[in-house]
Amino acid sequence: MGTTSENKWEPKIVAFLCNWCSYAGADLAGVSRFQYPPNIRIIRLPCSGRVSANMILDALRSGADGVLVSGCHPGDCHYISGNLFARRRFALLNNLLEFVGIEPGRVNFSWVSASEGEQFAEVVREVTETVKKLGPSTRLVKNIG
Amino acid sequence: MSTANQKITEEIRAQAERLLSSGEVEAFLGYEKGSLPMSVRPFTARKPEDAGRLVWNSFCVLNLANYLPALLKSLEPPRRPGDPPPEGPLPRVAVVATGCWSRNIVVQIRENQVDRDRVTIVGVPSRGMVSAMKVRAAVNGREITAVTEEDHLLLVEGNGFRQEINRWDVVRDNCKTCRHPDPVIHDILIGKKAGQRQVQEPFAQVKDIESKDSARRWQWFAEAFESCIRCYACRNACPLCYCPTCFVDDSRPQWVGKSTDRTDTLLFHLLRAYHCAGRCTDCGSCESACPVGIPMRLLTKKLNMDVLEMYGSEAGMSLDEPLPLTTYDPSDPQGFVLTEREEKGGTR
Repeated sequence: MGTTSENKWEPKIVAFLCNWCSYAGADLAGVSRFQYPPNIRIIRLPCSGRVSANMILDALRSGADGVLVSGCHPGDCHYISGNLFARRRFALLNNLLEFVGIEPGRVNFSWVSASEGEQFAEVVREVTETVKKLGPSTRLVKNIG
Repeated sequence: MSTANQKITEEIRAQAERLLSSGEVEAFLGYEKGSLPMSVRPFTARKPEDAGRLVWNSFCVLNLANYLPALLKSLEPPRRPGDPPPEGPLPRVAVVATGCWSRNIVVQIRENQVDRDRVTIVGVPSRGMVSAMKVRAAVNGREITAVTEEDHLLLVEGNGFRQEINRWDVVRDNCKTCRHPDPVIHDILIGKKAGQRQVQEPFAQVKDIESKDSARRWQWFAEAFESCIRCYACRNACPLCYCPTCFVDDSRPQWVGKSTDRTDTLLFHLLRAYHCAGRCTDCGSCESACPVGIPMRLLTKKLNMDVLEMYGSEAGMSLDEPLPLTTYDPSDPQGFVLTEREEKGGTR
């Protein structure tokens, strides 16, 4: 969707990060000055358990080329088990989306803790790379007018 | 000679009359004859005299569990929010239930929509219900004026034609792959239990689509759901859809648009199916209610398959088991998580 000054396509990726681990991990990546692609737009949520299918699909509908959902490692959830409930929901949603033909790699999930700044940068690099290969999102994007 | 369904009809009527006249139940939920061939209409008998209107045949495709929570609620004495709960036992309801419907009632009980003590479940082992759409296709879309049913044959009559159809040929796809035709919970059982059916490939239709690549799958999805007119009949026919405000009616935020825009239609179907994850019993009500024949059941079937494979659970099989999405296991598969791929080798 987005274009740079050289008119080269750059993907827009919506990242849903949990407040306690992944957002802090992103913060650590920032203060540690790790470089990662500027394609992600972060939305901070209390927990990965707060992420509903509606949000992920709404991001795709609104034209996001990729989605990243990231939370605490299983066992480390601030709310004890939010990410464990979420894991079942994500697994089913991920499979359902692939079943109807959303390209694998459009919607991504990861566990990144608050101390994993470098890992966060690595995840963003990987996701950006995957989405770039897939090209601009066309399926499930709502075109108005 | 009376057919199996006629015998069941008689027994349902006898039970309804007994339950209603003894005062054991206030209402008996079943079917009455519809106004068109191949149609029946959900019917609540409230007086013993009404029992004679109840029928049972192969066209009872709408899930009766769908009407249960609202019927129970309507029989409670009116009260305002904050009022104390009424004293003494509340009026009871009897409901006819086949395998899948009884499993839906189990789900409703687990989700606190139905109070087990207030329902008498009249179990009827299912022989599979017939798809009216398949019957119409079998007579090449000619107008049907009457259908007479025998145990293994359907006699279809119309203007200037008369045709015999093998019943099993026009049974709905979900019934053909059904493994649990017997009610899981019942207070009264009508007819003989069929036992667990052996089905070679219950998920063959899903696997067929999974054999396609991503682009082909998308093509299938977009084409199969293209004709949707967003009447929401599938949602309304579903016993799992009881939210006071459905996500399609939310306006802030508006998750799906209201028009028949392709993206909105596809999103509606994705989310509708997803909301049934781990709860759907593949009763086929949604597909039977659809006026344009959209195969939306395949989406829920896919979810059922994954839930069974990953979490080893089938919806509504036991009153003691939590629903799969209301629980977790620390060792749940997570091969789809980017940061777990190398170590785990990827489960899916």
